[in-house]
Parts: sequence; structure tokens; C-alpha cells
Amino acid sequence: MTGDEGKTALIMLGCPQVPVQTSAAIYLAYRLKRSGVRAVIAGTPSARKLVQLADPEGHYIGSVEDLDKCIAGMAEGKKTYHSSFVFIHNDAGVSYAATTAAISGGQVYPVIFGSEAEALAAAIEFPCTKIVAPATHNPMPLKRKIDEVMGWDA
Amino acid sequence: MGCLESLPYEVIQRGLSYRECREYVRRNCSEVHEVPAGYKLFDKHLIGVPPLAIGIDGDEITFPYTKPCYGTFLVKVRDDGEEIRRLRAFATRRA
Repeated sequence: MTGDEGKTALIMLGCPQVPVQTSAAIYLAYRLKRSGVRAVIAGTPSARKLVQLADPEGHYIGSVEDLDKCIAGMAEGKKTYHSSFVFIHNDAGVSYAATTAAISGGQVYPVIFGSEAEALAAAIEFPCTKIVAPATHNPMPLKRKIDEVMGWDA
Repeated sequence: MGCLESLPYEVIQRGLSYRECREYVRRNCSEVHEVPAGYKLFDKHLIGVPPLAIGIDGDEITFPYTKPCYGTFLVKVRDDGEEIRRLRAFATRRA
């Protein structure tokens, strides 16, 4: 038992332009599932197709939904999440994370990666727990940082 | 009122940061209102770092519109009056 059983987490994906996003998102869904947390993945059409194609039988990813519908559900108070992991590699990602922090009702973990990771992390001023690694092609630095912040590296 | 994507809109600038959008609206619009992230305007929930600045000039509304792959656009849309009435009623006016 982890104490997280029955909780729901949101994994929010932006433009899948940076290669590490998809594998890090599937890994995160897998680790959350192992902790008893149901993961909902929201993203752009391409980001959703990338995770769905990589996990066709849904062994790791939970439900998958449209990004705009996800935002609308939270903004209208129809959906809340215990935790939200917002993947960020550009300024738009920072805006999505800030919006999620304002409307999700739970804790927000910005997952910041790509060549601008440090600068983007510095721009985030709202209360949250940042997961930061300047990874673009090799997902392992980001995986290690996720494990470290979530306490999965023990 | 209709959805933004079905309305004629003018892109004032593209590729701006959320900060630049806020500063543009504060500097260039005659009436400025601040709304929380997720505020619904033209059937879209606005994305951004709060407070989001929205400008009114006559019957036109200027606001940031964020797309995940393309960043933030500053757009201007002519309103039939409904959105401006709602903004004046529910948003915080910036002096």
C-alpha cells in the first residue's frame, strides 16, 4: 500500500516536438499505476496518438482525452485531479501549467525538459513541485529526475 | 457570441510570451480587465499565467490565445456586446 490508491492523476502533454516527452509520459503513467493511481492523459492529437500507438493495449496508460476538453472540465468544476503532471518545453507549456495550477484542485508538478528547461523553470513562480531536466533525445535524465522528486528512486 | 475559431479575428502578434501579452494589453488598450486562468471567452477557456489581461477598445476585445504547438497569439475580436458586458460584470478592472 502506498497511500495513493484510488487517486487520479492528470498527465498533460503539449506539442510532441521534443522526443523525450512520449516515453517519459508512458513511464510516469506506469509508475503511477504501480502506486495505485489512475492516470488520465490529455494532450494534442499527435501527443495522444504517440502514447496510444506505443501502448496499444493500454497496459500503462489509462484514459486519454482531448486537451481542450480536459481544460474545460477542470475550469467548469466537473473534473478534479489529486495531482497533475504538466509536460513543458516551451512558453505555452508554462501557461498550461499555470492554468492547471489554478483550476485542477490538486498538486501540480511541472515536468520541464528540452534545451530551454532551466530558463522555463525559472519563469514558473506559482506554488508547485518542479521536475526539471534539460533532456531532449535521451529520456534517462528526465526519468531519473521524476524518480527523485516522486521518491521512486529508493 | 460564437466560438473564437468561427469568428473573424485579427492576429496582432504571434509567438509572444504570456508576459509580453499582458504588457501589450496594459500598454495599448484603453480599458483593461483581469481574469483568472480558465476564464471562458468566445466559448474558449483562456490559458495563461494569472492574471490574464484582456483589453477592450470600443466593440473589440484583445486577449491572449495559447496553442500548445504554436505558442501564444495576441488576438483581437469584434464582439456583439455580450462578452464585453460579461467582462465588465465579472472581471476586475485595472485602473
